[in-house]
Amino acid sequence: MAECGSKAGNRDGEQLALTCVDDFLNWGKENSLFYLLFATACCGIELMQTGGPRFDTDRLGMIPRPTPRQADLMILAGTITHKMASRAHLLWKQMAEPRWVVSMGSCANAGGPFSKYSYSVLNGMDKFLPVDVYIPGCPPRPEALIDGCMALRERVRRFRALGIRDRDPVVIASASPAPVCGDQGFKPQRPEGQG
Amino acid sequence: MSRQPLDAAQIHALVVERFPAVTLERSENAQPWLKAPADGFLDLARFLKDDPRLAYDSLMCLSGVDLATFNLPPAKPVPPPKPGAAPVPPKPAEPIKPVEPSLACVYLLHSLVHRHRLMVKVLVDRNAGVVPSVESVWGVAGYFEREIFDLLGVGFAGHHDLRRIMTPEDWTGHPLRKDYVYPTRYNGVELRRAGQRFEDGPYAGNAP
Ligand code: SF4
Repeated sequence: MAECGSKAGNRDGEQLALTCVDDFLNWGKENSLFYLLFATACCGIELMQTGGPRFDTDRLGMIPRPTPRQADLMILAGTITHKMASRAHLLWKQMAEPRWVVSMGSCANAGGPFSKYSYSVLNGMDKFLPVDVYIPGCPPRPEALIDGCMALRERVRRFRALGIRDRDPVVIASASPAPVCGDQGFKPQRPEGQG
Repeated sequence: MSRQPLDAAQIHALVVERFPAVTLERSENAQPWLKAPADGFLDLARFLKDDPRLAYDSLMCLSGVDLATFNLPPAKPVPPPKPGAAPVPPKPAEPIKPVEPSLACVYLLHSLVHRHRLMVKVLVDRNAGVVPSVESVWGVAGYFEREIFDLLGVGFAGHHDLRRIMTPEDWTGHPLRKDYVYPTRYNGVELRRAGQRFEDGPYAGNAP
């Protein structure tokens, strides 16, 4: 909370904290990023690992929610087929604003190993959803996912009332070179008129 | 009921008494299978399940096969691309060679009573081929039949709810057919392999 100040003592010796509303709300939001349980392929295994005791997203205030109504964050963990894309879009629409999308793994980013030759796999969920953070890897390690969550927290901190938020998505650089899958020519994008 | 597993010849002998059109075949690896016509297949399925000597009470798997063959030239080694050279576009492949009838449904049966197994194949016509649904015999067949209908386009007469199951409801074509042409767009998204076929893909001109 950048503008937070604390004054020692008024008349009754009480402590007083001063902040702006945005900072205060964002402090609450970034520490309670409940994520939707939504895993569609092998990346979901890494998502589970990240939620498990070793990496433990709970310590970041990230608790899995079984329903989109209670979730702030959608982690797209796994391959999104054309059929699944419509379902994922519906789930995203059911989430309350402000909502955030993390695209985890090559598949959700750009189609991954299926990008070139599959008829059924969508080449990147960012054709339908406004993605905030891209995490490369096939699959990304839990460290990379935690990294992505930290980057998302940065974004949440900059969120402003009336839904003003950063436009450009964050692409996490992975420690190991991300596997290049096909010639998908990965370019972050935002769908028309959304987000 | 005592356990009496039968071998393929004995099974065939039992079946052929009632269904003379069923033949016993052997594949290259000597695995025997029964070839049955689509007409009256439901009666055959009921017989296989209800006859106490056969008692095929479980349908382990029901899959569909496209028997058409690609007319691909024999495999030849691909020279590694020279650094800096433009990638060579894959040659468009030859059209597929249809065989008649060119689709098959393969039923893998298992008897928990006698512990014997059986493979039954039903050959289906490529255009508007229909097989009787065996959903009323083995309930699990319902989902398998929907899958074969979706991916290979075989019709199943008497199925209670024959809809697509894997691909989206408004998908066109049956993707596991070898002559399937990949669609151009779906849901407003340009598809990468628009207008191609499977054989135009990574192994074009170099299939094993
Ligand atoms: S990116 Fe790799 S690990 Fe993740 S869903 Fe796709 S294929 Fe599986």
